[in-house]
Amino acid sequence: MRTLRILLEKEFRQIFRNPAILRLIFMMPSIQLIVLPLAADYEVKNIKIAVVDQDHSTYSRQLVNKISASKYFDLASYTSSYNEALEEVEKDRADLVLQIPANFEKDIVKHDESSLFMALNAINGVKANLGGVYLRNIINDFNNDIRLDWIQMPRFNPQPMIQVSTINWFNPLLNYQYFMVPGILVILVTMVGSFLSALNIVREKEVGTIEQINVTPIRKHQFILGKLIPFWVLGIVVLTIGMILARLFYGIVPDGSLLTIYLFAVIYLLSVLGLGLLISTYTETQQQAMLISFFMMMIFILLGGLYTSIDSMPAWAQTFTKFNPVSYFIEVMRMVVLKGSSLYDIRYHLLIVAAFGVFLNTWAVINYRKRT
Amino acid sequence: MKQFFYFIQKEFYHLLRDRRTLFILFGMPVTQILIFGFALTNEVKNSRIAILDLSKDEATRAIIHELEASRYFDIVDNLNSYPELEPAFQEGKIRLAIVFPEQFQQNLLHTNSARIQLVADATDPNVANTLTTYAQAIIMDYQNSMRETNELPYRINTEFRMLYNPQLKGSYNFVPGVMAMVLMLVGAMMTSISIVREKELGTMEVILVSPIVPMRVIVAKMIPYLLLSMVNIGSILLLSVYVLDVPIQGSLWLLVFECLLFTLTALSLGLLISSISGSQQVAMLISLMGLFLPTVMFSGFMFPVENMPVPLQVISNAVPAKWFYYIVKDVMIKGTGLETVWIETLVLAGMCFVLLTVSLKKFKVRLE
Repeated sequence: MRTLRILLEKEFRQIFRNPAILRLIFMMPSIQLIVLPLAADYEVKNIKIAVVDQDHSTYSRQLVNKISASKYFDLASYTSSYNEALEEVEKDRADLVLQIPANFEKDIVKHDESSLFMALNAINGVKANLGGVYLRNIINDFNNDIRLDWIQMPRFNPQPMIQVSTINWFNPLLNYQYFMVPGILVILVTMVGSFLSALNIVREKEVGTIEQINVTPIRKHQFILGKLIPFWVLGIVVLTIGMILARLFYGIVPDGSLLTIYLFAVIYLLSVLGLGLLISTYTETQQQAMLISFFMMMIFILLGGLYTSIDSMPAWAQTFTKFNPVSYFIEVMRMVVLKGSSLYDIRYHLLIVAAFGVFLNTWAVINYRKRT
Repeated sequence: MKQFFYFIQKEFYHLLRDRRTLFILFGMPVTQILIFGFALTNEVKNSRIAILDLSKDEATRAIIHELEASRYFDIVDNLNSYPELEPAFQEGKIRLAIVFPEQFQQNLLHTNSARIQLVADATDPNVANTLTTYAQAIIMDYQNSMRETNELPYRINTEFRMLYNPQLKGSYNFVPGVMAMVLMLVGAMMTSISIVREKELGTMEVILVSPIVPMRVIVAKMIPYLLLSMVNIGSILLLSVYVLDVPIQGSLWLLVFECLLFTLTALSLGLLISSISGSQQVAMLISLMGLFLPTVMFSGFMFPVENMPVPLQVISNAVPAKWFYYIVKDVMIKGTGLETVWIETLVLAGMCFVLLTVSLKKFKVRLE
């Protein structure tokens, strides 16, 4: 016990006497947590539309007004040449071209039928798809307006009509920040924990101080514990700072209990740090350790469901996420913070992550050899 | 000049004799392109939904059938009453519930008006929005199919054409973004440790007492990594074309030139980090933690830049990856030439020049 205490003292001193690292550990996550969620707005809006009006009629102008009044579209240009509009798309000044052909109004009035033509920049397929749907809704609305101008609608619907109403639960204002902040916080805590622990043992190897430890009677598990506990504490501190910042800047107060979050975080950090230490025991230089842990973290983070929904991934990737601690924490954070899920709801997540922790740390202890 | 070549040779040995590092440096871009290309998509499909059908008649069955047939939805649960809704969401089983009230078909046929309620799990607002939009479209299609018998007067038809990516493949958007991310991070990371490592291990002293000038030290450190990046650029492009089926529409040479320019910028940024930080740990924390999230978020391939608040749009201009992403999108996918991307190219070249100059200025010829 005393050995462990002394080891811990050494590790803490090492951390606190390196102000550059300390600043980075606390400053970088804080700044990123404050700034990045503001950038994370995925909603498809502000679609830049180039209108090619070859009709110049009352109807065509009414339609253009209606489109530019909607919150989804910004009128980027208004010309009468299709090629000019396409050029706007090529230069990224427009996302969508709407062509109103000559005789648009005349065709509606005289022939009961007229056509509009849309060309969408589909490099981002989702944006193109939704943009098309939004625009079609506006055109349908416009179409109904015109009909009302010409025919007196009877009091009852002459046609079957289905009214669809939508309720958004858990986040009624569709605030994207509520969704992103908990996720980004998880990433930051994970990065701090895993990078620091991965670099730690290997640093002693590279600088040569590991020799001194190898000739002492310190036991393997004591050594690993001594490395693990300081970063465990740091990880929890970073999490706490993050929760405070989330509350101050984004007004995010967990719906569920804080205790649930912390209990999960403590166990989660154990597995992340275990992974870092394991990498540390397998590598020879800090460069290698950093590259390997970054490589793994990148895969874990990108497949963790922060940016893209896990449901949309192919089956093999979904199987992989079952072995990805990051995806469990992101899911738990969102469940507890937004839906107020209880400890009982996340029991499986907790058990699985605990199992990872035990497995990785045991492996790290076994693999650490007290010889060079 | 001769000592300069020896110096480059030394850096090459450093790089080539560390097998593990080399393996990761080559493996990382390949894995990332593959992961992004196959696993990541911002498309929403196969979403788990539940049906609460209180009416159970022909019309609701027909609509449910349409929903089932769509690739966006996966019906996993049939609920029987309203109180069952909340637990289903709480356990995270479903993303959307579609509620048909009682006597749906009767209302529809007799009063010509019926209601459907969509309840969405809005923890992910984007998914919620997309799912409700798709569900609405399917329901509207059903409604219109009922009407088809008598056509309405004063119709406006719309025709679509999808430019550049007619099959709406997600990889067209992701490949340029991943290229920006991979080249930036690998580049900055590699050089960021190179100088500080010599400081930490003490070999810097040897270099400082040699007659070689700082400029050459810095350039010599970049050359091996530049060559290594060229291999990476090659493998990324080959994978995108032959495995992910993202064609190169524009000029290959222009694209390769832009990739090299961007890599140079990344390497210079790494060198700057290296000359201002005191230990490898600091350098790596800055180059990975400091660059990873901002590169992903500000380059515009995940989150559209035009949605950001104005101050952040201004900040995003300082992220080299953003400019590179535009260039690749234009050259590789739209197939335009230098005439559309010359501004972006100049910006990148300017950044590269400034970064190199500053890191040269910051390079200390004395030990502390």
